[in-house]
Amino acid sequence: MTLRSRDLGFRAGTGVFALALLLIVCAIGFELVRQSLDSIQRFGLAFWRTELWDPVAGEFGALPFIWGTLYSSVVALMIATPIALGIAVFVSELCPAALRQPLVFLTELLAAIPSIVYGLWGIFVLVPAIRSVEVATPEALRQLPLFSGPPLGVGMLSAAVILAIMVIPFTSSVSREVLKSVPAAQREGAYALGATRFEAIRAALYYARTGIVGAVMLGFGRALGETMAVTMVIGNNPKVSMSLFAPQYTMAAVIANEFTEAADPLYLSALVEIGLVLFIITLLVNSLSRLLIWSMARSGIAAMTAEPPARVAAA
Amino acid sequence: MRAVRAAGAALGGITMLGAVVAAQTVQINGAGATFPTPIYSKWIDEYAKARPNVRINYQSVGSGAGIQQVSKQTVFFGASDMPMTKEQMQAAPGTLLHFPTVLGAVVPIYNIPNVTAELKFNGQVLADIYLGKITKWNDAALAKLNPGVTLPSTDITVVHRSDGSGTTYIWVDYLSKISPEFMKRVGVNSSVNWPAGVGGKGNEGVSGLVRQTPGSIGYVELIYALQTKISYGPVMNMAGELVKASVQSVTAAAAEGAAKMPADFRISITNAPGKGAYPIASFTWLLMYESPKDKAQAKAMVDFMKWALSDGQKYCAGLGYAPLPDAVIKLEQAALGRIKTS
Repeated sequence: MTLRSRDLGFRAGTGVFALALLLIVCAIGFELVRQSLDSIQRFGLAFWRTELWDPVAGEFGALPFIWGTLYSSVVALMIATPIALGIAVFVSELCPAALRQPLVFLTELLAAIPSIVYGLWGIFVLVPAIRSVEVATPEALRQLPLFSGPPLGVGMLSAAVILAIMVIPFTSSVSREVLKSVPAAQREGAYALGATRFEAIRAALYYARTGIVGAVMLGFGRALGETMAVTMVIGNNPKVSMSLFAPQYTMAAVIANEFTEAADPLYLSALVEIGLVLFIITLLVNSLSRLLIWSMARSGIAAMTAEPPARVAAA
Repeated sequence: MRAVRAAGAALGGITMLGAVVAAQTVQINGAGATFPTPIYSKWIDEYAKARPNVRINYQSVGSGAGIQQVSKQTVFFGASDMPMTKEQMQAAPGTLLHFPTVLGAVVPIYNIPNVTAELKFNGQVLADIYLGKITKWNDAALAKLNPGVTLPSTDITVVHRSDGSGTTYIWVDYLSKISPEFMKRVGVNSSVNWPAGVGGKGNEGVSGLVRQTPGSIGYVELIYALQTKISYGPVMNMAGELVKASVQSVTAAAAEGAAKMPADFRISITNAPGKGAYPIASFTWLLMYESPKDKAQAKAMVDFMKWALSDGQKYCAGLGYAPLPDAVIKLEQAALGRIKTS
């Protein structure tokens, strides 16, 4: 009886903690809506698709910030994912044992560097390097919308590269753990069938794919919300542009930049609404990644059951 | 028996002492602009040595947040690099008074490869550069101001502050006074919708970008330029003189302002007339209610302000701030009398 009641107590206790988490998320959402009410009533849905951000005239739109946030995060992922996966595969599959611990330690050290330090490094090292790349870009390529504009150094490309560097340790650590959890039988099976090392690794990656997508999405979430380092190198210009060389802006950066000096109620409210938009987009991205992982897991099961007959048919 | 009585008396004494101490120690909280934080901290430290029973706590949260917090009465005093607007003053639950404490100035910095001569500017040229109308360094207007300097035909990269800032406020306030077009297209605020250029975060962000980008121009707070030894150009003032920003030329601009100081001290001294006045300068203000709720705090704060305006001003130069002209100090000493301390 006492054991049972202790079980119940434990269950209730942990349940309360879980519930508290839910309440905190709801409270954040509620508070963001409450404080941005002015701006929501004034601009409505147009807030999401207006490009103008004019604190003097009191005209606010979030489009350049939404665009900049998504664009920088997606480009960062495109750079970071192959590198992070490469690190994970090397460390978990190919690396000599003596090198493994130092490598793991170093990638985790990258995650521990404060973002302001990344930002300063960005201004003084990365931005000049990117500028020389931009200057060296041939004129023919510069005609493309992707590379148009003057070679400033600061801009979307610098932001994406710095985000990629910040995201790599997260994606690679999680991917490494996921690869480690692939059963040894899987690899041994592959070798037994005469697979080369490369093929065995490919099989392991396929086995671990849902976990790897999870790792990539974790990186995406981190890239969406990163503030300080991006603010310092992105150029902070609220204009929607395809160009990687153009200075642009992100949601987190505009809040960090303008919140302390915003004295006008509508202005403050618009900044809080930017926070709300970021909150909603983060929720959407996380839900989409969950959906993706679920559907992959399900289709994985379907594929496993469907595959043998297909092979038989082929044979 | 005597021991017990003595202990009782002592206990009573301690309780009474506690009450007396509580009544005497005054804790005052303030919040606002980051620009004057070094001098406010210095004042608070020095004042605490002379008056240990007054504890002032200043949080540098930014001008906007300072105005907000003093309006909501979560702090006793606020501080701002820009005067409050009429709407903001009306929204506050009582009459807020402005007290200028020190002065700041903003200077143009630039980076043009192979040009070692000091470049000279005027308001119209700066406004047109920041409007994106002057786009090349060898523009006729710039060349006319800088005879004898061979300017390259390269593009101008405009750098501005990305964070909301009193520095931006002073800069655009000046450009808007000079150029009606700038006033119409950009206007005056701590953050504006810039027609051209890239944004750097903080003085260090702007100066970092300017230092690295060939052909760029930016603006930074004078103290920052002095401390980091960045070279900056002189700007033509209303009297037509080319004046380089310095503690003296900024105080000179303020002295001009003092002559027509309104009773509420909400004055812009950019583009000040008069000889030797640097045109891109401004007061920074401390904000207090005319009739504060807590009279003990009000009394302590008025005493502190009187001290800051007299003895306190001597700490300005060491930290790079331009001290207030005597005429302004006199006006403020009188205005402090308006605060109801009883």
